[in-house]
Amino acid sequence: MTVKNALLALLEQGPMYGYQLRTEFERRTGATWPLNVGQVYTTLTRLERDGLVAEDGADTEGHVVYRVTDAGRDEVAAWFTTPVARTQPPRDELAIKLALAVTVPGVDVGSVIQQQRSATMAALQDYTRLKRRGPDPASTQEPHDLAWSLVLDSLVFAAEAEVRWLDHCETRLRRAQLERPAPSPAASPATASEETVR
Amino acid sequence: MSGPASSPVLELRDVTRVHGEGEAAVQALRGVSFAAYAGELVAVMGPSGSGKSTLLTLAGGLDTPTSGVVSVEGVDLAGAGAVGRARMRRTSLGYVFQDFNLIPALTAAENVALPLELDGRSGREARALAREALAEVGITELADRFPDHMSGGQQQRVAIARAVVGERRLVLADEPTGALDTETGEDVLRLLRARCDAGAAGVMVTHEARHAAWADRVVFLRDGVVVDETGADHVESLADATAQR
Repeated sequence: MTVKNALLALLEQGPMYGYQLRTEFERRTGATWPLNVGQVYTTLTRLERDGLVAEDGADTEGHVVYRVTDAGRDEVAAWFTTPVARTQPPRDELAIKLALAVTVPGVDVGSVIQQQRSATMAALQDYTRLKRRGPDPASTQEPHDLAWSLVLDSLVFAAEAEVRWLDHCETRLRRAQLERPAPSPAASPATASEETVR
Repeated sequence: MSGPASSPVLELRDVTRVHGEGEAAVQALRGVSFAAYAGELVAVMGPSGSGKSTLLTLAGGLDTPTSGVVSVEGVDLAGAGAVGRARMRRTSLGYVFQDFNLIPALTAAENVALPLELDGRSGREARALAREALAEVGITELADRFPDHMSGGQQQRVAIARAVVGERRLVLADEPTGALDTETGEDVLRLLRARCDAGAAGVMVTHEARHAAWADRVVFLRDGVVVDETGADHVESLADATAQR
């Protein structure tokens, strides 16, 4: 899993204790996915049980320091050379919500789409503001800044893709409405009231 | 700089624009009210036919509304007459187009100086201001080059210099990044953004969410009506994370 592999990869650069690992993880990912120290230690315990890390004594302040084992190094190498599985897409709440919105009667799908588009757009504006505030990507030499700016780009691209998909949904929906045989003007109020009665 | 309670640089009040007549009439805008203030960049998004280009054309005084009022710095554009609108296009507002619209027979500096010279400024003064504007967009060294000998990104920089030269406080941009690759497009957005941060009001029409995200506010148009607007700060945890860095 991600946290396990990320911690192993960090330990490959040198022995560290739990809090250091957390700081390094967040430095490189911009605290986009905050880790709590408890989670770091639980993961370290599991990694130790599996023989991927080992305790490496304590530093002067008494922090227990961990180092990666040979098996741990192999694990990191395998992680970097294996693509992240995309065959089983994670559950996407928005896609599920829209799938239900277009099939459950009485949902104003247009407004579901617009509300989401505004929310996603607002997030995209925030990401862009962070990008603008950050160092110029063209002149960035610091690997940590580059790492964080790439994470930010990934959020930007994902939000952009979501807005495009919502635009697409709206267009498809409008087309479907146009192609649907429209009830005659005289008949439609009656149909409406009939449905209300039911 | 004016305070937050200042009046808008651009204001559309209950603006309707109908193209054609009778059965063939198309309502491009229907009762749109919209304002852009000094210091902000506003993006207008919407599918083709939503009225976003009409909005920009009206704001630029290239067209007048069927009903409602469009004013720039408090001046009603319809009331200003064709001559007055042309003058405002030379002095108060600048336009940036997708395909740059530079005059091929003029150098970069001459393109930028042209609106000032048309407005009666001396050649020397116009050229000095043009050089300042070219410096602002970072291409002083291209001043004597012709558009054909510049990349798309460089041409768009010249176009932005032309749009901001002098004392203009309103910059209107129609898909300004449309003909550029991602990186060059971002450079152009950075420049528009900088001009607005320096006190101009900017309105940019775009269909690219990633580019609209450079704006302070995003206005959504559908079928000639403003359906939504966004500008809030939602992703606070990320902002905090960056602040701590």
